Amino acid sequence: MSDLGGVDTQLLEVESLHKSFGGITALGGVTFEVESGTLTGLIGPNGAGKSTTFNIIGGMLQADSGAIQFGGEDITGESPDYIARKGLVRTFQMSREFQNMTVIENMMIAPTSQRGESAIQSITPGLREDVSEQEEDIFEKAWEMLELFDIDHLALENAGALSGGQRKLLELARALMLEPEMLLLDEPFAGVNPTLEKKLINRIERLRDKGQTFLLVEHDMDMIMDHCEQVIVMHQGDTLLTGTPEEVQSEERVIEAYLGENVE
Amino acid sequence: MSVQDDPIANRLPDSLVGYWESDLVKIGATLAAVYLLYLIAGLLLGYGLSGQLNSLRRLTFLIVLYSIGALVVNLHWGYSGLFNIGVVGFMAVGVYTTTILTRPVAGQNPTGTLSGLGLPLPVAIVGGVLAAALVGYIAALPSLRLRDDYFAIVTLAFAEIIRIAVKASELQEFTIFGATIGTGGGRGIRTYPNPINQFFEGTGAPIVDAVSSTIDGPLVSGWTFVLTLTLVLVCVLWLIIRIVESPFGRVLKGIRDDEEATTALGKNTGSLKIRSFMIGCGILGFLGIIWQGSQGYISPGLFVPQLTFFIWIAVIIGGAGSNTGSIIGSILFVGTIYLGPGYVRRLIEKFISLSGQATNFPDALGMLAGGDVSGILLYTLDQTSALRVILTGILLIWLLKRRPDGLFGNRREMASSIDIESRVRDRQSSDATDGGRE
Repeated sequence: MSDLGGVDTQLLEVESLHKSFGGITALGGVTFEVESGTLTGLIGPNGAGKSTTFNIIGGMLQADSGAIQFGGEDITGESPDYIARKGLVRTFQMSREFQNMTVIENMMIAPTSQRGESAIQSITPGLREDVSEQEEDIFEKAWEMLELFDIDHLALENAGALSGGQRKLLELARALMLEPEMLLLDEPFAGVNPTLEKKLINRIERLRDKGQTFLLVEHDMDMIMDHCEQVIVMHQGDTLLTGTPEEVQSEERVIEAYLGENVE
Repeated sequence: MSVQDDPIANRLPDSLVGYWESDLVKIGATLAAVYLLYLIAGLLLGYGLSGQLNSLRRLTFLIVLYSIGALVVNLHWGYSGLFNIGVVGFMAVGVYTTTILTRPVAGQNPTGTLSGLGLPLPVAIVGGVLAAALVGYIAALPSLRLRDDYFAIVTLAFAEIIRIAVKASELQEFTIFGATIGTGGGRGIRTYPNPINQFFEGTGAPIVDAVSSTIDGPLVSGWTFVLTLTLVLVCVLWLIIRIVESPFGRVLKGIRDDEEATTALGKNTGSLKIRSFMIGCGILGFLGIIWQGSQGYISPGLFVPQLTFFIWIAVIIGGAGSNTGSIIGSILFVGTIYLGPGYVRRLIEKFISLSGQATNFPDALGMLAGGDVSGILLYTLDQTSALRVILTGILLIWLLKRRPDGLFGNRREMASSIDIESRVRDRQSSDATDGGRE
């Protein structure tokens, strides 16, 4: 995909992000681009700043400086909900399902611009019928997604009762209910058994083939090397390099970064 | 419905479980049980028809009002994760605003009473509700930045500020924009007349006369008022069910479970939290208007934090997150902890002859040292309000150990305007018959 060269297909452009917590520099100029319709891996040793980068892109944290462009729009400093509504949706490293809600409710909460999110619309007779009409559609969509992820049999369970792997499935399915243009997945396979992991990555690849864009933080190198078109390597709060899996694998610096050697 | 979690459904024969599943039957059965208990107590105490009716009237009055309060706390805490322990403050705003709006304008007020703005009661009630919602808005603003427990402190502080403000002598009577109004300060203020009482004193007087040979006259207006309040409770319940069984309620539940994750799904959680809080505070304002306001006289002493905590206990008994639970919790709280001690005292006094008098604790202890337990027993039973607090403490400890989610806390109440559960069951069973995956 990198051979597209000059054609501007960059969906997400992160430019020189800086972030310090107290005296500690977490990010010192993170810069990368993610092409539309790709599965891009973001790797790096612990403490490289991957999660901080995610948090800043998602609007949960504010960068000290730098800029983020999404689909040609500057989303630097926007609120997390605005960014999500723009089509850039993230999942969390630790699954953040709504534990005391059923699986189906978890799914149905996600779609944007639901009429019934206005209290007036939901209460007033006459207007509530419109809400219910939309609810039918949302339910259909949620059900299809649950079937796709093979967790439809859990629809009435409380999400808190699900296994770790099932939660990961639910979180991904829920994020997809938003029909995002791009998904930021923070270690979606952590704690997921190999069979389920294969299933998840298959889903992701299928969605990618349909044009969805993914940015994936993952520690499983084989997974990244086998499935990503592009890999971004972070080290000590900076982007070390960006390239195809082959390029990254053959790069001495990456190995050094992971083995803890001094880099430059 | 998750029958396995329901302690009563487990013990019922199968033929009755179906009935018990209905929320209305649950509420009705609990209420009937408490009524029966009070009727028996009344019989033992030798109450006549009027006595019984009055005993039940007071019981119902409190149950209905506690239920409304509990439903709001449940909307705030059970559904939105907003820890509101300033309930009583918003009630005070509602009732004080309505009172000041209805008091006759200066010059027309009877001497010795405070003047107000002379508005008709319905307008003043709307004013009181709006004022409570507005104060709720101001109180909710910090909730955008604060976590649960800090927000709780803010609401408690708000309630106390309101109580101390209406108590302040500076606000007892003052003139603003040419109108002389006031809160009455620590002395309190006379409220508006109860329209139902007015009706039975005027046009409805023949009705009272007609029944006065069998029951006490005041019971007519008393019960009419209680039934009107029950209608209010039904409306509040309807409103809150509409709110929580909707996409709006679904997002509220999401905020309760994990606000950041809700934000990550593109929801403007701050706005929804504020709206939920304001709706609840408006209802609380109305609760103050129909509760304390209906008693003819209000003073700051009525709005102490204890009332807030009593309403909370009702919610805790019923289980946060369930409207049915909130109502049943209120029935049980009022029936046992709140009114129970007084009845127990009267029963003991009637059937166990207790010799000796103990008007204070040292006396009672002295009698105990002399081998006479009646002193300490009498003294204890005299402390009705202290007993309530003690019983509350015991109950809380028991609940925390045995049933931390309350009676209905782990129940599933689906947040959607359509019946999701039956749709899912249909799909799942058809999957199964199709030889589907599972």
